[in-house]
Amino acid sequence: MDWMTIGSVVLIAGMMVFIFPRMRHAVKTAPKGSMDDWMGFIIPMIAIVGFIILLINMV
Amino acid sequence: MNDHNISLGHAQESVLATNKVLKNTYILLSMTLIFSGVMALVGISTGVGYGASLVSSLVAIGLLWFVLPRTANSTAGIPVLFAITGLLGMGLAPMLNHYMAINPSLISTALGGTGVIFLGLSGYALTTRKDFSFMGGFLMVGLLVVLAAALANIFLQMPVMQLVISAAIVMIMSGLILYQTSAIIHGGETNYIMAAASLFLSILNLFQALLHLLGAFGGDD
Repeated sequence: MDWMTIGSVVLIAGMMVFIFPRMRHAVKTAPKGSMDDWMGFIIPMIAIVGFIILLINMV
Repeated sequence: MNDHNISLGHAQESVLATNKVLKNTYILLSMTLIFSGVMALVGISTGVGYGASLVSSLVAIGLLWFVLPRTANSTAGIPVLFAITGLLGMGLAPMLNHYMAINPSLISTALGGTGVIFLGLSGYALTTRKDFSFMGGFLMVGLLVVLAAALANIFLQMPVMQLVISAAIVMIMSGLILYQTSAIIHGGETNYIMAAASLFLSILNLFQALLHLLGAFGGDD
């Protein structure tokens, strides 16, 4: 294993260790979204998927 | 009547404070994006390699985790944020060199695409004023799963998995832009330095993932 691989592993593992307590806190404290709230998130995501497909066809 | 006036006064103060955070965040974000772009160009012209790029990213992440939270409440946070964004910009140099050798239009398309996605999502969050705080847990779990998959793929070296990871990063970073913008609007984020840092990281990751997807489907990987 070269030092670049070790560095990448350290970077990603460090990020996971850093994010884990934030994730636990967010899961415990985040309010529950209604169906309407989720639709407000899903619709722009569908638009982004369509836009990326358009970009892929352009290149 | 007096109570009504007091509550209106508080509401106005709150709106003014939110607008100030939003304005400062966008000013700082645009300045850091320009600085990061300049540093990426410096990295390209000086021929920064993958090793230097990794070290630069590690130093930037170290500053982000250990120095920025301690300095974000003072003006000292601003040079720290510029150092982080400059190092991350320089860290992009080898990847940009790689794609420039293949097809330079991939970079401009990814840059334009990232700009359109960011402006579109920010505009959506600002005009609808929806509260996306319910997505916090979902986005954090998604981010952790993507990091675990990226960690596994360092050893597995599966190109298809790398594409799935890039697609997931685009979705998660888009969700984070909505979440962070909504947090600024609704008073969940009152520190413009931290807000600019979060948005910068989302934009940077979105650009990298989009560039990888365009590179793969444009005949690179």
